[in-house]
Amino acid sequence: MRSIILFIWRNNFIFLFLLFESFSAYLLVQNNSFQRASFLNSSDFIAANLYESFDNMTGYFGLREENERLAEENEELYGQSIMSYVQFVDGEFIHNDTVYHQQYTYLNARVINNSINKRNNYLTLNRGTNQGVEREMGVISSLGVIGIVKDVSANFSTVLSLLHADSRTSVKILGKDYFGSAIWNGDDFTFGTVTELPTHIRINKGDKIVTSGFSAIFPEGLRVGIVEDIDIVAGDKSYTLKIKYASDFASLANVYLVSNLLKVEQSHLEDTTLQE
Amino acid sequence: MFNQIISNSLRFVFLILFQVFILNNIQLGGYLNPYLYVLFILMLPFETPRGLLLLLSFLLGISVDMFSNTIGMHAMACLLLAFLRPYIVTYISPRGGYDFGAQPTVKDMGFNWYLSYVGILILAHHVLLFNLEVFRLAEFFPTLYRTLLSSLFTLVLVIISHYIISGKKS
Repeated sequence: MRSIILFIWRNNFIFLFLLFESFSAYLLVQNNSFQRASFLNSSDFIAANLYESFDNMTGYFGLREENERLAEENEELYGQSIMSYVQFVDGEFIHNDTVYHQQYTYLNARVINNSINKRNNYLTLNRGTNQGVEREMGVISSLGVIGIVKDVSANFSTVLSLLHADSRTSVKILGKDYFGSAIWNGDDFTFGTVTELPTHIRINKGDKIVTSGFSAIFPEGLRVGIVEDIDIVAGDKSYTLKIKYASDFASLANVYLVSNLLKVEQSHLEDTTLQE
Repeated sequence: MFNQIISNSLRFVFLILFQVFILNNIQLGGYLNPYLYVLFILMLPFETPRGLLLLLSFLLGISVDMFSNTIGMHAMACLLLAFLRPYIVTYISPRGGYDFGAQPTVKDMGFNWYLSYVGILILAHHVLLFNLEVFRLAEFFPTLYRTLLSSLFTLVLVIISHYIISGKKS
């Protein structure tokens, strides 16, 4: 016993290093699991507040482009509003309220921190549990899908971006009902990869990739990207598509949080089925 | 002594803020990222107690982690750097050993010594950091490529900042 203590004491530098290193490794591994509450991250009070004041300073520089983008979005929404429709058949229009139930609601948020140059990228938003944000809500911009909420604090939330090794989004080709997964291989923040689409369907360059709506996180038909290159790996029964992301991850400012009002019902039912 | 504590504390805070708000937003040719903040560990005096060296590096790493959503990752890489530092210092010691009161600077130790000291330690830090970030052996070669480029970038920044910092004093 005495000699063990003496041995540790003589090599105290190495043991201290191993102690610190394993503690850090424990923090790293614990923080990596997607479901685990992470306790020191950028939704942490001090860091998030610093980020917010920094964003307040730099937010002015991008206002012009951001206004243009919002104006474009307004145009599109005006086009969809009831004012823009003419009723051609008078008296024969039956409006039945019970047909449409609202499934998705949207909450706007501001990106106060963002990264694109890592293998695993995150965003921080200025909305938290006080504003009704929950874990695993979808995040979209006016251009397309951005990511999924990872952690939430009282007034901030962190988002796992599509540009993350763990990000898998269920997608389909617009107009066809075959589905695949969108992943990111880490090369370039403007391009992603879609796999698992069977090779017997016909795909063209320029086809639009949209969300499938299977995951209960995003509504069906949200833009993810456009097919840029088509490839079949030898021996593989599915395509490997290179897609150009619809969203510009380098300049995100205003985004929307999507909450699915029927999500609990759907996931509860699916869990019950899986357990049997 | 007291002066050193003050200047090192200031450097600690400044380098973290500079790293988080300026350098983390830089991206050249894809996702290259310089990590200048390790300069804090590199500039600590030779006679820093080894336990303190580890503790400071851990604090430095975990502070950068808090801002980048990567709890533990920078801490692990910084600890490796701090652990290797005394061994590297011994390994590349000049003939006749170190003079009393010498600092790990170009002025005291010469450019060649400084380049190998900084180069080896930055490379060790970056190799661990980038591999922890990717956490996949399948992407070993792309990661290696990024590691080497980023290390070179950091090395250049460290040497430039070193001249700026020590130039002020003399």
